[in-house]
Amino acid sequence: MSLLHLAIIAPFIIAVFVPLIYKHIKSVHTGWFILPLPILLFAYFSSYISKTANKQVTMESFSWISSLGIDFTVKVDGLGLLFALLITGIGSLVILYSIYYLSKQREKLNTFYVYLLLFMGAMLGVVLSDNLIVLYAFWELTSFSSFLLIGYWYNREKSRYGAQKSMIITVLGGLAMLGGIILLYNMTGTFSITEIVAQADTIINHPLFVAALLCILLGAFTKSAQFPFHIWLPDAMEAPTPVSAYLHSATMVKAGIYLVARMSPVFAEHTLWMGLIIAFGLFTLFWGSFSAVKQTDLKSILAFSTVSQLGLIMSLLGVGAAALHFDHPEYFMVATTAAIFHLMNHATFKGSLFMVVGIVDHETGTRDIRKLGGLMNLMPITFTIAIIGTFAMAGLPPFNGFLSKEMFFTGMINALHMDFDWSIIIPVIAWIASVFTFIYSMILVFKTFTGKYQPEKLEKKPHEAPIGMLISPIILASLVIVIGIFPNIVKPILVPAIETIMPMYEFDVHISMWHGFNTELFMTIGVIVVGVLMYLGLNKWRGIYGIFPEKLALNRFYDGLLDSMHKGSYSLNRNVMSGSINHYLSYMFIFMVVLIIGSLFGQNAFTFSTDNLAPIEFYEVILTLIVAVSSIALLFVKSRIVSILLTGTIGYMVSLLFIVFRAPDLALTQLVIETISVSLFLLCFYHLPKKLTDDPMPVKVRNAVISVGVGLFVILVGLTAHSTKLFDSISQYYIENTYSEAAGKNMVNVILVDFRGFDTMFEIAVLGIAALAIFGLIKLRRNGGKKIENK
Amino acid sequence: MKTSNVILQSMTKVLLFLIMIFSIYIFFAGHYTPGGGFVGGLLTSGAILLLLLAYDLQTVRNILPVNFLYMVAVGLVFAIGTGVGSLIFDKPFLTHAFGDIHVPILGELHLHTATLFDLGVYLVVVGVTMSIIQTIGGDDE
Repeated sequence: MSLLHLAIIAPFIIAVFVPLIYKHIKSVHTGWFILPLPILLFAYFSSYISKTANKQVTMESFSWISSLGIDFTVKVDGLGLLFALLITGIGSLVILYSIYYLSKQREKLNTFYVYLLLFMGAMLGVVLSDNLIVLYAFWELTSFSSFLLIGYWYNREKSRYGAQKSMIITVLGGLAMLGGIILLYNMTGTFSITEIVAQADTIINHPLFVAALLCILLGAFTKSAQFPFHIWLPDAMEAPTPVSAYLHSATMVKAGIYLVARMSPVFAEHTLWMGLIIAFGLFTLFWGSFSAVKQTDLKSILAFSTVSQLGLIMSLLGVGAAALHFDHPEYFMVATTAAIFHLMNHATFKGSLFMVVGIVDHETGTRDIRKLGGLMNLMPITFTIAIIGTFAMAGLPPFNGFLSKEMFFTGMINALHMDFDWSIIIPVIAWIASVFTFIYSMILVFKTFTGKYQPEKLEKKPHEAPIGMLISPIILASLVIVIGIFPNIVKPILVPAIETIMPMYEFDVHISMWHGFNTELFMTIGVIVVGVLMYLGLNKWRGIYGIFPEKLALNRFYDGLLDSMHKGSYSLNRNVMSGSINHYLSYMFIFMVVLIIGSLFGQNAFTFSTDNLAPIEFYEVILTLIVAVSSIALLFVKSRIVSILLTGTIGYMVSLLFIVFRAPDLALTQLVIETISVSLFLLCFYHLPKKLTDDPMPVKVRNAVISVGVGLFVILVGLTAHSTKLFDSISQYYIENTYSEAAGKNMVNVILVDFRGFDTMFEIAVLGIAALAIFGLIKLRRNGGKKIENK
Repeated sequence: MKTSNVILQSMTKVLLFLIMIFSIYIFFAGHYTPGGGFVGGLLTSGAILLLLLAYDLQTVRNILPVNFLYMVAVGLVFAIGTGVGSLIFDKPFLTHAFGDIHVPILGELHLHTATLFDLGVYLVVVGVTMSIIQTIGGDDE
């Protein structure tokens, strides 16, 4: 356990104390106690910047389940550090913001901060783990904490809907990813990412490679809200705005990007990886920006904008992977640089925009752009921040978004160097999507802050937000400008991260505002001109959104699927779980007989040999006959007491058989069990009618067939098991070791308590559970049940 | 079941102790000869069951004012505790230890932690059997 491990675990440790702090210190907002943690962590991780800039990778291992190759190995390299800084940096700002956003009188702050810390720790775990299983565990924990945070206002119907949706989709992807991880393990024999990367060249032709690739991508695409899995992100906006700013724009949704970047050294050699990422990324980029324009809710605009920007980063990573497939890798390397640079910039401007929207929502009581307008004079600082954020998002100078947008265009134009016919489509889609990005950015800022002020439609009288709420967005907006003007200050963080993704190349990054009059600049100018024209004429072409049929919407599909699954499982449950023990037993027996006899036939495994058989003794014949006669008689008996006695007879005869076969332990146990169960039957008997039925017993063909089948199956399996000896019996081991290893002479008992003590432990646990269940069934019945006696 | 049954009741008074002693013997004998916690526990429950049949549930409750569900819990604690105990000595879960110890008066004793585990089994079996029987038998009250 090193300091690095402690840094990841710290949020979880603090989370334990949050409820106590909340309960005992009411006068101070709980957030103040949480705030130092991410700031400290940010400072701690900052100390690694100089190390990773010198290509120094820190690895610390903590033994966990070493026998299965699962160790909590933490690795700080460029990529992990970039994300760790984002998580702790944005985390600090978001917590500061939340202190003013969430009222300490009205909200349940304890749960909020517990969930948020849970997320922070989990996300740090995702980006710093070198072991894939540990990464997966943290990955699911981020989904889980996101679920809890989206459902924070759980009494709202839409929050619950959004939480469930995000959970279902991201966990689906997470499970696929687990499958991919296991496939990778099958190919390489290790869960360590470092070691898998080292073996990347040898596994590319493995038959499981493509399957692993698809599974990992499914995990990444669902988490990073790529089309068609993006539908969960807009619904996730039901979460409190600090959460949306943190999880659903800056960090968690980028986990998919992280995974793609992290696994690039393994998979990028395969063209499918490149093709799928470019295709899904570009389409998501277009679809997100196109859909954002029609939204009327500010947070929905931002949600679709996030979807679109994630698609942008994803497609850049895809184009970056092309460096491995075509000549002149230098054309494609810029795309990888752009991806990481934009990822960082996106966190700054989108974070500030979410906070701005939160302020607007907080101060006016609505996020509907049809009701908002003219807030410019009332909230000048918020307006300024919004201008900076949206212009950066639209890709205008002198903000950081402009730089990464230009770089994005360079990457997309260079994609033309790929040797296939329709590569022109890549920059074209990129450009069209940028136009829509420009339009929704303008809608976001101008529909809110300019135009007609409509105080009658607002719930509150708006005024500028308190200074505490403004600090975080101001810091982010300043970063937008500073990075825009002095982009090279982020190089020490940027370059090591890029080199982690493309370890085979040497990167020399120069970012500058002015490149001369090149294609990229003309593309940006084109975006602005067309964007302004389309924004002004918005009402004229808005009709195209009506063309798309509502029936084909993905949300309809999702809802329908969920609904039919719900109904299907309900009706299945109702039909199968009838409550009749007769039915349950027949399901079990039919399944058992069909499965085992079927597979015995299928494998042609029947063998009957009469070797090694002992001669049949006289006693055995007698005892078996008694058992057989009693069993058959049991079927025809009408009196209950006789049937109890007959069952007892069978049991006692079986225990006598055990004695004949020289198994005193079994015989003893069977004898006592039989005595007790007969007595138990007699106790129950007191409650039951004397006669089984008045009518002559009906012959039920189905039951007869099942019982004959079970009988046959037991005989067949018994004979076959006797005749087939695939391996030596383990009994010799017990005979030899019972005294020397366990110092006992009764082998059966030594097996029970020592050699197979685990079995016994769980068996008695099951017995205990059964006793509790019977107690519950009888004492807690709805009719006639009395209160539990406390004796 | 309020019928008076003199023969059964008189027999029970003697047999109960015999069966009890036998069950304890069987429990300890399990290590070398047939027996063990499971059978021992069943025999004990058999003895209590005999008492219950000869008298009634209330008599059993008066003589043994034990919540048998607690007994199950205590038994499980014994069984799992023995397992956890080996972890303290940095051995895999459920590793048993044994040895010969000289005790005054009793002489040489062969002791084994498996007995503690078996005691857990014994308690669980008695607890489970008796709580089931008491629950079902006491249902008409």
